[in-house]
Amino acid sequence: MRDARAEVKRPIGLRLWLSGGWIALLALAAIFAPLIAPHDPLAQDLFLGRMPPFWMDGAEPGYWLGTDSLGRDVLSRIIHGAQIAMIVALVAGTITCVIGASLGLMAGYYRGWADRVISRLVDIWMAFPPVLFAILLIAVLGPGLMSIIIAIIVIDWTRFARVIRAEALTQGAMDYVASAQVAGRTRFSTMLAEILPNVLPTVVALLTLEMGIAVIVEAILSFVNLSISTDSPTWGGMIAEGRTSVHQAWWVLVFPLVALFLTVLSFSQLGEGLKDRFDPVLR
Amino acid sequence: MTALRNILIRLSTTAVTLFGVAVIVFVVIRVVPGNPIAMMLPPGATDDDIARLEALYGFDKSIFQQFLIWGAGVLQGDFGTSISLRQPVADLVLGRLPATLELSIVALVMAMLLGGALALMGTLYRDTTTEAAVDVTAGMALSIPDFLWGLVLILLFGVLWPIFSISGRVSPSLDFDFATNFYLFEALLRLRFDVVGHLLSHSFMPALALAIPLAAIIAQLLKQSLKETMHLDYVTLARTKGYSEQHVITREALPNAVLPTLTLIGVQFTFLIGGTVIIERLFSYEGLGNMAIDAVINRDLPLIQGIVILFALLFTVINLLVDMLYVVLNPRLRHA
Repeated sequence: MRDARAEVKRPIGLRLWLSGGWIALLALAAIFAPLIAPHDPLAQDLFLGRMPPFWMDGAEPGYWLGTDSLGRDVLSRIIHGAQIAMIVALVAGTITCVIGASLGLMAGYYRGWADRVISRLVDIWMAFPPVLFAILLIAVLGPGLMSIIIAIIVIDWTRFARVIRAEALTQGAMDYVASAQVAGRTRFSTMLAEILPNVLPTVVALLTLEMGIAVIVEAILSFVNLSISTDSPTWGGMIAEGRTSVHQAWWVLVFPLVALFLTVLSFSQLGEGLKDRFDPVLR
Repeated sequence: MTALRNILIRLSTTAVTLFGVAVIVFVVIRVVPGNPIAMMLPPGATDDDIARLEALYGFDKSIFQQFLIWGAGVLQGDFGTSISLRQPVADLVLGRLPATLELSIVALVMAMLLGGALALMGTLYRDTTTEAAVDVTAGMALSIPDFLWGLVLILLFGVLWPIFSISGRVSPSLDFDFATNFYLFEALLRLRFDVVGHLLSHSFMPALALAIPLAAIIAQLLKQSLKETMHLDYVTLARTKGYSEQHVITREALPNAVLPTLTLIGVQFTFLIGGTVIIERLFSYEGLGNMAIDAVINRDLPLIQGIVILFALLFTVINLLVDMLYVVLNPRLRHA
């Protein structure tokens, strides 16, 4: 039994370390961006436009990942872009999680009219194409970091509400919940003390997934030029620029894309790994 | 009787959902700062000109009155007139719908083929490194959304090994008169396979980007169901009869294992269609989603309303059809 479990644990551990490591690296890059970045991410130098990365012929020393069409340093822009990505992931992800999971918990545990109202809202939300909804909201709220965070919360709370509602429904029907109430707990405290701990692994997994999704939503909004003002570098904005000049300077597209790819992958793997760790049944 | 009652309940909730979508989009886009009418007119326009145009589009009335007028029109098939393109919204939207539907259907077919192949491979070579490879591939494919796959594909097949077109639905050089907007189906029916090839080379990458995450979901779920089915007695019986492993999996286990996957595909198909919005933008594909983004940027309120309602209608109809299909395919539910 012990051996079998050790065997299961190992790949999970590796996955957690790799994905957690990348996120930690990114967080450090975001915090210390002005200190680490070799150049000013906004500094333009038209004589240094579209310089290739360091291993290619014609590379400019000091510009490790090359420059974009305006001569801005790609590496510095990626490091500074990590700030926006991390803020969006943490703030939007967490608030979305708290709101969505609370509504789901209430709908699933209290049922009745709370469930009817919340489920109907979820149905309506599911009939919107999410990207279109996000773009619409940004058009209403105006571009900016705050608008993006609000848009993500407004669009994605249903992701949590749907799943947690279903989990709370199953948990609520179990004997241990009935016995907690027989023992004199109020419904509200039963929900917090009995149901919540049991749906927590799912909440955590969904939360890290949502952080990855938030980063993507920001990138998509930057891509359609509706995100943050052009003077703060974002990965999505870099990708949009790289997409138009992909035949002349592929590195402007590739490096921010790799950063985005690894970040989204890490968040989802982190979620899977943490879910297994937190799961009371697996533990 | 109960079946009829269930259908009626479903239809009424569908109507409530559509009404909710209409109310939300109607109110939200009217909070947008910036007067859409003022943007239409040349800079020298007087306040009188603006007021006259506002009256023409009905923007001088209260939101509630505007909603009633718009709602009455919609029920008669009149979705108003686009501000930026100055054509009836219904014509514009229905003109673009076939492009988006074709893209979504090509993507769905790709996802089913890819996901099915992966699931069968994982089942045929179970407990080997091949199965582990299938699991890892599906897990990766699932974690990355369509937008990123689209960009990766542009790099692979647009730049590194440029064999597919990275933008548009057709090249301007194509010399072929389409009678309908269903280009692909029309070309198929007219047996013009050169045109079919041309169209597919354009939709290949956007469709594949949409298909990859769904293929991963299909692979995972179908493989799981197959695994459970493979332990059932009738499968063992087929095996003792001497059928090959391929025959046992595809002919005996697959028909019984496929139902949960089919239901899931229905729900996921609406997510896939939602993904076309950004994928069409990425590949400059002239579909509904691309038009929607332009409509938002141009503050074209009637067009935005029309497109959102059409998407919502599409999603709810697909969900309804999937539920009905499920009842038809699952004999246990037919008399329930």
